[in-house]
Parts: sequence; structure tokens; C-alpha cells
Amino acid sequence: MMSNMSAVRLEGITKAFKDIVAVDNIDLEVKEGEFLSFLGPSGCGKTTTLRMIGGFEQPTSGKIFLGADNVDGLPAYKRNVNTVFQSYALFPHLTVAENVAYGLKRKKVARDEAKKRLEEILELVDLPGYGDRRITQMSGGQQQRVALARALVNRPGVLLLDEPLGALDLKLRKQMQLELKRIQHEVGITFIYVTHDQEEAMTMSDRIAVMNAGHFEQIGAPQDMYELPATEFVASFLGASNLLDGEVEGGDGNMARVKLAVGTTVSVPTDRMPAERGSVRVGVRPEKLHISSDVSANGHGSNSVDAQVMVSTYIGVSTSYECRTTDGSKIVVYVQNLGNAAQPIGAGASVRLSWDPEHTFAVGANGGDK
Amino acid sequence: MATEGRKKLAPYLLTLPGVAFLVVFFAIPMATVFSVSFQEGSLSKGFTFTGHYQNYTETLARYDTQLIRSLLVGLIVTILTLVISYPMMYWIAFRGGRRKNIYLLLILLPFFTPFLIRTLMWKTIFADEGILLGALKDIGLLPESYQVLATATAVVAGMTYNFLPFMALPLYVSLEKMDPRLLDAAADLYSSRRQAFLKVTLPLSLPGVFAGSLLTFIPAVGDPIDPELLGGVNTTMIGQVVQREMLTNNAYPRGSAISFMLMAAILIGVFLYARALGTEEMTG
Repeated sequence: MMSNMSAVRLEGITKAFKDIVAVDNIDLEVKEGEFLSFLGPSGCGKTTTLRMIGGFEQPTSGKIFLGADNVDGLPAYKRNVNTVFQSYALFPHLTVAENVAYGLKRKKVARDEAKKRLEEILELVDLPGYGDRRITQMSGGQQQRVALARALVNRPGVLLLDEPLGALDLKLRKQMQLELKRIQHEVGITFIYVTHDQEEAMTMSDRIAVMNAGHFEQIGAPQDMYELPATEFVASFLGASNLLDGEVEGGDGNMARVKLAVGTTVSVPTDRMPAERGSVRVGVRPEKLHISSDVSANGHGSNSVDAQVMVSTYIGVSTSYECRTTDGSKIVVYVQNLGNAAQPIGAGASVRLSWDPEHTFAVGANGGDK
Repeated sequence: MATEGRKKLAPYLLTLPGVAFLVVFFAIPMATVFSVSFQEGSLSKGFTFTGHYQNYTETLARYDTQLIRSLLVGLIVTILTLVISYPMMYWIAFRGGRRKNIYLLLILLPFFTPFLIRTLMWKTIFADEGILLGALKDIGLLPESYQVLATATAVVAGMTYNFLPFMALPLYVSLEKMDPRLLDAAADLYSSRRQAFLKVTLPLSLPGVFAGSLLTFIPAVGDPIDPELLGGVNTTMIGQVVQREMLTNNAYPRGSAISFMLMAAILIGVFLYARALGTEEMTG
């Protein structure tokens, strides 16, 4: 579905509200047909960026391109993008059909054509025959679909979605995530999706742009970012991470040696190291760790630290161990409960945690800045 | 069983004090006035019910000018208050920010003084040699003979001022509760600001327009004070006529008949108005 044409391009976009910089000099290119998510905590600038693409805010500086056209200064109603708003913003005085057909009417689409497209889109969002209902008669999930239909029926170049599932309960949200993905696949329109839910972003996106304090921390495919987060922020925002302080000691061509604050030295592949040397934080995902109560053994992988189990929690599919190293760092380990699993290790036990150097990454030590 | 029955009765019992109040102080007096409007007699001899419908026909023939004038003035005042307060309330509701309530208070503050005092102050303003006209005449902008007081202009101006909050507040409520993101949505769906206003803001504010119009038009049509204080012999309105018939002439049947005709005229007007705005918007 994705082509090499760019659907949206941001060049050096900055947005300042009075003395607060909400978006700080960002660049981005979104491919046609791509599903890209802006992921970040509230106040990171993701919604502001979306609103600038939509034309609801004008950037303080920088350029925005939709397709090949520079749209700077163009108001929202003249842009070929449509938005699904956070609280849907459906018109309460109009019926479902009137809401969905609102944009077609403004664009003066011929009546027969408009009617056909209205029926098609209601079919697509699974609301056939609901046209005459009033908005107040629709459930939250249905309203969400109406909002989606109202935007998609105009066949925009780009669809912007501002936390569209935020108001739904968990079960409905999971269902709508898959539904949205299906619809995007069917219509082939570029989706830019704003969310603070990392699981949601991972499930749906071709690429994720993790935002923090007005800039992109990292942009990439969900799997790549999970396996190799570029910054401490990404490492902790996208899934759980164990991060240990250390100093780079050197190393050969492929492997860097990092002496951890807890005492042991571990290997990190050079291409998984941050650009700078000196103080770093060495990271490994909880499910990549092996835990062994035999502290003399070196079972899995050549990286290891010794620790003590503080809490052990049985979750059914896995057991989670919260451990503490001698210097007080916390390390979380997930062990899958496979078949005839050994007796879980109890709290207080001394353990050796080991992992493969290939699963190790390191980020800069100073607040996650690259 | 007993508690079950009581539970079902509870909502009705709760309305009982209100219903009783309305029956004693509204329904019974209305029925009495209706009956009086068909009576004959005088204060000294007493009134008797004779089905004297001429109370209607004769007074209508005699006061048709005043009745029509009152309806017309009520209409003009309603339109003026709407035109003046809509942009003002729109601005407060959408641009007022944190100071919304302060702006509202500023508008309402003058209305903390009594109706009569406010109207008397307008009399001072409009006086032939008063602070406004006197000054304009002194610098030669107006001829010496120019006057506003005792004209329809003064009555309409005074009433527009006095009834402004009755229009402004319902308008404010309907505009303020509107989600401003609907305007984003309208812009997103190719509406210019003008189209967004006509297709979204205006229809959503119609219940406020309707309520404000009723609260302005009905009392304005029957208002005796503004025309009495600001008007002249040529601006007599139906409220003054009722007052005169009832309190000066003691002609209760005629006064009652006029009141009922006025009520009928207002009801017809309101009905047509509701039809024109669309009942859907009023209820939904």
C-alpha cells in the first residue's frame, strides 16, 4: 500500500504559544498510505503538531507540505485533510447522514454521487441503515464510527486522528484498533494517529514517532524501536526497560565494553551504542533476561549481574521478578511459565541475571537526549 | 403493596404544592377574568354575567390602533435586542476566556437598579434640554425644536434597553454550552467561518434565540411603564389602555376583554414563530 511519494512533509516546524515552545524545530516525512503514530505523554506537542497539519494552528516557523504543495497559511477548510477529533465533535443538531454528508455538501458533490458515497462509507464503518438516527441516539462506539465516516467520506489525502479511541472502554478500544487498521488497509489513505498509549501505537502503526517536550525522540517501525531504543525516554516509554549506569571502557571493533556501577563489565554491540562515549545507561528488556539461583553458573549469554529477588509475582502466563543489585538499581525480569516449570524463586534469594550481548543496548546518560 | 403504591404516587405528590399554587393564584383568577370579560355593570351597581360579547367587539374597534402598535413595538424591540445582544454574547461566550463572568456581570450591573429608576434616567437623557440633546443642540448639531421624548423612538429605545438581559442571557446560555471544537470540525469539513456560523453556530443557538424572543416579546407588548414615562399621546400602548380601563375607569369587563385579546394575539404570534424556527430545534 505504501508508496514512495510523501503525503506529508514537515520542515523545521516550530510552534510557540507566547513564551512556551510546544513544538521545537521538527522534521518529518510521512509516506503515502502509511499509518504513522505520534506517541508521547500529554503536553509533548503531538496534538499541536497534528493541528498544524490540519490547519487549525499555524506554525511559528517552518514549512508544511501536503503531497507536493506547500500549505503554509492555508486555513483548515482549504486543505485536503480531514480529522477525527478526540471527542468526535459531531454536530448534535444533525442526523448521522447529515453529519457524514456535511463535507460533501460543502464541496458541492453531485447529489447522486454524494448519496452513493454516503451509503458506501456507512457500510465500511459497519453502520448501514443508521443514517436517519440522531447523534444523541448513538452509543460512544457508534459515534466514533460516525466521526470516522464523516472524515473518510471526503477521501482526503491524509486522515488525522486525535486520540480517537480515548473515550472508549478497553474492550471496545481493542476491537476498534483492529477495525481502524482494516479500514486503513481498505481505503489506502495515509493515517496520522495521535496517542499516548504505547500498546495502541505498537499494534496499529507502520511507524511510530515518539515525541517528548516538543521534539521527536525517535522515529521508526515499532519492532525496531522496541529492540533498539535510541534514548532513555524511548526505552522507558515504549515497553518496560531495565537501565543500568555504566562507563565505557573501550572494546574491539564489534563490541564495546561497559563497566557497570554495580561492578561487573558487560559487552554491548558497537552499533547499539549511542554516539557519545563516557557515561551511558545500559539497557535490556525484562523478557530477554535469564534468572538463575545458581550464582556460580553462567548459563545464558555472557553479560550478567548478581542481584537479590525483592518481589516475585506469578501472573499466569509468566512470572515477574523484581530484583535489586548491590548498588540499589532495580531490575525486572519476566520468565514465561513453560510446561513443567521449576519452582519459582522466592523473595530474598540471591540470583544471577544473564543475557545475550546482542539483546543489550545503551543510551546516553543525560536525560535521554541524543 | 402499600409502599409500592406510595412510590408510584411520589412524583405526583412532589408536584402538588406547585399545582395547588398555580390553581389558586393562576387558574382561578384567569377563569374569573375570562368570566368578567363577558359581564356588564358598574363598580357601584356590581357586575353580572350576561354573555356581553360586545366587550370584545367594541373595545377592539376602539383600541385596534393601540393593539397593533403594541405588537409592532414588541416586534421591533425583540429584533433590536436580538441584533444588539447576539454579537455581544457570541464574543463573551467564545472569546471571553476567563473573564466571561465579569463581562456578564458588567452587562447585568445596571439592571440591579429598579426598572422604574432606569426608565426615569432615560427620561433625563432624552429630555429636550437634557445632557444628550441639550449638548447636541448647543453645538448646533440638532435644531432647537428637535425632540425624542414623547416619540415612538424614545419608547422603543427605552424598552430595548430594559429588555436586553431577557434576550442576552438565554442567548449566552445556548452559545456558551456549544462545544467550540464543532467549529474546528466545520472548518475541517470545508466550511469557511461564515458557513460554519450559518450551518453550526446559528442552528445550535436557535433555542436561545427562541427563549430570548419569548421573554422579550411577551412582556414588551404589554408593558405600560416605558410608554407612560417616555412616550406621548401618540404612542399609547395596549398595556396603558388596560391599566386605564381597570384602574381609572373601573371598567373591569372591558379591561378583561382586552387582556384576553392581547393574550390570543401573543399566542398566535408565538405559535407562528415556533413554526418558522422549526420545532425540532426547540425540543431537541
